[in-house]
Amino acid sequence: MNDQNKRQNDADPILRVENISKSFGGVKAVVGVNFDLHEGQLLGVIGPNGSGKTTLVNLITGFLKPDQGKIVYKGKDINGWAPYRIARVGIARTFQMIRPFAELPSFKNLIIPLYSPRVKALSGGQYGDLDAVAKDYLEEVGFERESAVTYKAAGSLPHGYLKRLELAKCLALRSDLIILDELFSGLSIAELASIVPIIEKLVSEGKTVIMIEHRLRELFRIADRVVVLNYGSVIADGIPCEVMERSEVRKAYLGSE
Amino acid sequence: MKQKRKERIDRGIKARSDDVFSLNSFREMLYVAVPPLAPVLLLVILPLVLPSYWQKVLISTCVFALLAMSWDFLVGVGMVSLGQALFFGVGSYIAGVSNKILGVPIWIDLPIATVLGGLICTVLLTPVLRLRGVYFSMVTLVLPLMLERIIEAAGIFGGTEGITGIKTFANPFVESYVIVLVTLFALFAFRRLVTTDYGLVLKAIKDNDRAVMSVGINIYWMKAQALFITGCVGSFCGAFLTHVYGFVGMPSFALDYSILPLSAAVVGGMGTFAGSFIGAFILVPLSEALRGIGGLRIVLYSFFLVVFIVALPEGIFHYIQRKYQQFERWVEVDK
Ligand SMILES: Nc1ncnc2c1ncn2[C@@H]1O[C@H](COP(=O)(O)OP(=O)(O)OP(=O)(O)O)[C@@H](O)[C@H]1O
Ligand SMILES: [Mg+2]
Repeated sequence: MNDQNKRQNDADPILRVENISKSFGGVKAVVGVNFDLHEGQLLGVIGPNGSGKTTLVNLITGFLKPDQGKIVYKGKDINGWAPYRIARVGIARTFQMIRPFAELPSFKNLIIPLYSPRVKALSGGQYGDLDAVAKDYLEEVGFERESAVTYKAAGSLPHGYLKRLELAKCLALRSDLIILDELFSGLSIAELASIVPIIEKLVSEGKTVIMIEHRLRELFRIADRVVVLNYGSVIADGIPCEVMERSEVRKAYLGSE
Repeated sequence: MKQKRKERIDRGIKARSDDVFSLNSFREMLYVAVPPLAPVLLLVILPLVLPSYWQKVLISTCVFALLAMSWDFLVGVGMVSLGQALFFGVGSYIAGVSNKILGVPIWIDLPIATVLGGLICTVLLTPVLRLRGVYFSMVTLVLPLMLERIIEAAGIFGGTEGITGIKTFANPFVESYVIVLVTLFALFAFRRLVTTDYGLVLKAIKDNDRAVMSVGINIYWMKAQALFITGCVGSFCGAFLTHVYGFVGMPSFALDYSILPLSAAVVGGMGTFAGSFIGAFILVPLSEALRGIGGLRIVLYSFFLVVFIVALPEGIFHYIQRKYQQFERWVEVDK
């Protein structure tokens, strides 16, 4: 913990979310959310269904424009930027509802992120043979090399592989901040056991990760810090074991008054 | 209970020919070579053997094949245009104006009209790139009709009279071979383009545009490029026909140029370009052949269209392709 505190104190945050709000008609999905995130941290965002977690992701990644507030990434105010610009400066995300490019084989799905101008710039302005690179990334997330799943149409992949494919997309972008929206949902214990190390490796490489999760047990094992949302507001922010002790959080989760 | 079910199996020759290096007989080489060679041979020979009336039919068939392919390409990127006439009309007028009024010779005029037409159409449609589905279609449907009315109301570019006396091609063979070569080029180029990484990204925009945006690709820029490609093809068609007839007028924006390509692509089989090609080569000559019967022409034509679509909803090309690559047999299955 000491180590982490030190990191927080001596560097500017990689992401600063200042008082952002978003409503849809009468529904206040996100209300005055504030938090700082430091490089190399793994932040968990939890909260009951409909508490505004996905909306928060959409706000940070530009898919929604906040009604008010500011989002600063690496010192740049990215508020109001189009999603593709935000992705180019190094924020990658997964989607809660995964819709792969169904007709394409799995590895061809990765051609799309690999075709990103960000990847092109990082690899010295050249694309090269993307198919080979795509297969490397798939192997990294647990598609056995040259196995049938690699060539299968993504639309027919089992759920666990779809989640891995979605994660591989983030890896391929070589982003600095990776936002995973309920990556663990629907995965078996065995599948989790193979995905968790990939995320731990990302963090150890210095990447910053935000994980939206309902699978609290697995999240708490790897998260440095947890933010709890309820009805769009932050009701707790701290290290995992502390947060769950708070009475507001228990109330929000158990639904009792 | 026993039930009969149709089983489809890839022909052995198909499996082997997926890899060029494993071909081991003349017959297998033919199997691979015939499909791409067939349209080439057909189009190269036809101008030599057709009587002059049917040469003109061949020309308009090629034009509609081009319009259909470019329509199909745009659909593949998620934009269903109901206004190929826009691209066609803009190209026609650029060619007409630059040749007649500015005196630009045909061979310079054609490429200029192609590229400039593509640019103008892209710029015209840029504001609606964000519209999806039917909203985009509506705008493309209305734009050419609007331009037509503007030309009529303002009396520009010859107004209702159009522009006559535009230079035509030196002889019918030049005319035919220009369009034949461009059509063949477009057919193979489009088929190639959609398999490149660039083509995959374009296709991905149709499947899931949010996912494409999320990786840092500006989908509106990509869509604009696709529009430009389609616009160039359409404008070329317009410019070319202007030089065939030596005339350009308001009919260049007519609905025919929007609807016929669409039906050719649907009848032939979408997403393959070869389908658009086959569709145009059936529908356009059919419509010509029916010309003799007068008033009932549209009725019969529409009847054939419905028959095709009902009998082969997958499109003619997909049907032929299946028959070529697979054999079918009835098998008994337990139910
Ligand atoms: N595009 C939208 N239009 C209208 N309302 C929306 C929209 N997106 C989200 N909402 C509403 O905003 C609130 C927050 O939704 P959000 O999807 O952010 O919740 P969540 O925390 O991600 O929930 P879950 O755990 O189920 O994924 C909900 O009440 C939802 O109905
Ligand atoms: Mg959600």
